[in-house]
Amino acid sequence: MIDVTRRKLKVATTSLAGCFGCHMSLLDIDERLFALLERIEFDRSPLTDIKHCGPCDIGIIEGGICNAENVHVLHEFRANCKILVAMGACAVTGGLPAQRNHLDLGLCLQEVYLTDPGVAHGMIPNDPELPLPLDKVHPLHEVVKIDYFIPGCPPSGDAIWKFLTDLIEGRTPKLGHGLIHYD
Amino acid sequence: MNQRPSFLLDGAEVPFEPGQTVMQAALAAGRYIPHLCYHPEFTPHGSCKLCTARVNGRLMAACTTPAGIATEVESETEELNDLRRTLVQMLFAEGNHFCPSCEKSGNCVLQALGYDLGVMTAGFRHLFPDRPVDASHPEILLDFNRCILCELCVRAAREVDGKHVFSLAGRGLGKHLIVNAESGRLVDTDVKVTDKAVEVCPVGVILRKRVGFATPIGARRYDQSPISAQALADAPRPLERNHD
Repeated sequence: MIDVTRRKLKVATTSLAGCFGCHMSLLDIDERLFALLERIEFDRSPLTDIKHCGPCDIGIIEGGICNAENVHVLHEFRANCKILVAMGACAVTGGLPAQRNHLDLGLCLQEVYLTDPGVAHGMIPNDPELPLPLDKVHPLHEVVKIDYFIPGCPPSGDAIWKFLTDLIEGRTPKLGHGLIHYD
Repeated sequence: MNQRPSFLLDGAEVPFEPGQTVMQAALAAGRYIPHLCYHPEFTPHGSCKLCTARVNGRLMAACTTPAGIATEVESETEELNDLRRTLVQMLFAEGNHFCPSCEKSGNCVLQALGYDLGVMTAGFRHLFPDRPVDASHPEILLDFNRCILCELCVRAAREVDGKHVFSLAGRGLGKHLIVNAESGRLVDTDVKVTDKAVEVCPVGVILRKRVGFATPIGARRYDQSPISAQALADAPRPLERNHD
């Protein structure tokens, strides 16, 4: 478990196959961010724009795994974070991006880039800089071990606050009625 | 004064009437046993197994077990709630339960059970079955993606509406809900939007059209209080009887 001495805990966050809604929800803790920053400092995160994660106490990941780059980032987080947290419906179950899982990926790409009305001289993007999409979208725990899950689309700011304060204080995080949500 | 027969539920005495099940007696006595396919108005089905309790040392469905054979019942234990969490996860894994876009969210029994039991993760690889919806009926939408095969609609149609609209077909993983029409479409059945079968679906399969968000998300049934509290508030109670 986390060493609960007053050393500031290092926290990294990222959004994989997500919409950044969970990160917006994290910002919804509003002025409690100041109290949080007394206890933690951010490493890699959209909030710091640090591109790679160093050794951290807590890693918080929004979004599931839909392409090859997501897999690399997830492995980087797992290798560096003592505790890894799946935040939000997409990270926990695959969520919205996983709604393509009962369809064929090739047909999806054709529909979007070739046959959809409004696409003139379309082509399926194949620039080598673009990460290759995976055949199916996966929740995080199907790729690496995840220590905690916060369901919700997105989890409310209050749920994220309750989770983080529990974890930082060394308690087992517990969301009660009104904070646990799947929608 | 006659002593009413009783059994012990998690160490507390629960009196029962002859003919009652463990579930009926428990709810009437203000004791909650988690359940999903049980509904006080219909014949117990015993299929979802959420209400599984340890009756005299054996695992049995509380909704179908006669109270008369029970002496000691365990329900609120970590072991049983773990099994219940697994069952909820399996039900979620088998269909396409995408709560963020489901208009039943907040009124859904499966979801409310997940909340109340503290199901935080998927647990199983979801199957993502391909199940087209049936929007043929002008007033009712059938979204098979969310069906959990509880047969509440089948029972309600048969026992209350006096119709044969719904049924389960196939076996094992291929089991699915069908409607009683040669075309297989709901519009060709005698279902009415006022039928009990339409009202009773615990998840978002049978939906009245055009009223989906009349009550906004956040102000819905299980936003008010957890399902364990509501099941007790709703439980049918026998008239108070002080003397037999």
